[in-house]
Amino acid sequence: MELRVISWRFFKVWRRNLVTFQKIWKVSFITPLLEPLLFVAAFGLGFAGIVGNVRYGGAELSYTAFIAPALIATAVMNNAFFETTYASFVRMYYQKTFDGMLATPLSIEEIIIAEIVWSATKAAAAAAIMLGVLGAFGYVQFPAGVLAIPLAFFGGIAFGAVGLFFTGIIPTIEMFNLPIFLFVTPMFLFSGTFFPVSNLPLWAKPLALAFPLHHLVELCRLVCLGRHETVPLLSVLYLAVFGFLFTVLALVFMRRRLIK
Amino acid sequence: MAALKDLRYERKPGGIPMQPIIDVQHLFKKFQDTTAVDGVSFTVAPGEFFGLLGPNGAGKTTTIRMLYGFSPPTRGIIRIFGMDIARDWRKIKARIGVCQQDNTLDPDLTVEQNLVVFASYFSIPSREAANRAGELLEFFALSNRRNAKVADLSGGMIRRLILARSLVNRPDLLILDEPTTGLDPQSRHQVWDRLERLKASGLSIVLTTHYMEEASRLCDRLVIVDSGKILVDGSPEALIATHAGRHVIEIGGPDQALRDYLKAQQVPHDDLGPRVILYSPEGQDLSAAIRDDFCHEKCTFRNGTLEDVFLRLTGRELRE
Repeated sequence: MELRVISWRFFKVWRRNLVTFQKIWKVSFITPLLEPLLFVAAFGLGFAGIVGNVRYGGAELSYTAFIAPALIATAVMNNAFFETTYASFVRMYYQKTFDGMLATPLSIEEIIIAEIVWSATKAAAAAAIMLGVLGAFGYVQFPAGVLAIPLAFFGGIAFGAVGLFFTGIIPTIEMFNLPIFLFVTPMFLFSGTFFPVSNLPLWAKPLALAFPLHHLVELCRLVCLGRHETVPLLSVLYLAVFGFLFTVLALVFMRRRLIK
Repeated sequence: MAALKDLRYERKPGGIPMQPIIDVQHLFKKFQDTTAVDGVSFTVAPGEFFGLLGPNGAGKTTTIRMLYGFSPPTRGIIRIFGMDIARDWRKIKARIGVCQQDNTLDPDLTVEQNLVVFASYFSIPSREAANRAGELLEFFALSNRRNAKVADLSGGMIRRLILARSLVNRPDLLILDEPTTGLDPQSRHQVWDRLERLKASGLSIVLTTHYMEEASRLCDRLVIVDSGKILVDGSPEALIATHAGRHVIEIGGPDQALRDYLKAQQVPHDDLGPRVILYSPEGQDLSAAIRDDFCHEKCTFRNGTLEDVFLRLTGRELRE
């Protein structure tokens, strides 16, 4: 693959997604607005009484404070991953949007990069809203917490890229159930989201360390609460390598799928 | 063949042939186990309306897709505006308009937004894009639906919008892949009218179609392809004269006497069982003889058409 196939033109495709999104943004922002409220209500009112406090990163945290940054991280994963799976698949297969674009000076690589960057943008927007809601409840320390927005974009690239890789290889849209069941759901449950990874048995810990969501959760706790259990720099590095690797794989498999 | 060559190249005053807009040489496209395009060569001159005809699966769309750089050829060279598509695809794509067979419009956007957003892919500034969108919507009689959603448009309107979109970059070459398939006669005639006006403005156009009437009416020159190969190349009139003849007679309920007569006279004909179609060669009008001696049931005397040529060359068996 030559590098000249990727230029700033990808921004035009990003803009197209933004223009389309402006038609439905009011509906799409209800989720990041209400989801943290639901979780805070359920866990803060119902669950915290049973669980009590959580020891994390050398401090005692209320259970709700513990899960609040993880809610942002999982929203990043969901927004980016669902955008480049279901939404990209619809654009690619049903709406043939990419076919139309390929009759213009855009390259397939620019379209793919734009899809990933767009999914990260959506993830960052959702994170910003959740940050506001959770901040209002005092679960986020400012000003450091604002860093969760660029962090969401960064993490969004990783999840958007892996999503688009699946879009490149999946035969039908129904089969996205498989990566969701095998990849997204286990990550959602075992990435230190609802309990610290240090509570896992020894054999399960490396598994959690392999989950990109675990590293994003750690980094979110760092910027929101100033606490962490993994080495932040290694988490940044892991997400960067993961994102880069799956961006390359998405480029390879989407090209193979679209160009015949 | 010498006459054909002269048709291909419009000559500038001074006798230097103009560079062809499209120059395709020995083009092949192989998929896993099939050869979709099997050694195709042709050229298209500036201002020419060129047709690519053939039954389903003949390799028309595959060829078209290679022309606009969507799919890479297995072998062969495609030069457009004198540039190689494999190397200068970005420069070439900036100067061509493509009307694909599928509806690739953005269903979430309005009619006007579809044009403006598409223009942005060509780096056309938004003010300029809005101006062009206005002009194109006017030209294709869509101005009153400017703010409609694509999902609310009729089939004819969708086709016109795809055509309008393919012109938003003011292309030097327009590529049309079955632009009127599935349209009602009114919509089809409206599209033809617009295409004729575009042609009159000097635009070079490549068209694939199943409709022989469409090809006869619009194309200056056409090729008929089958199984990935070009069978014939020429103007619709020349092809009809050569392969069907000016006079065609369809005879219902033919008897043995007719069959013997045709054999004895060596008249080119197709025997379909309950019907015989005969093609009178130039200067041999058989109408009178046939009418008097062999028309027992129903006889139709008509002019030869491109459809006769097409069916004679590609056969009458169903495809796919």
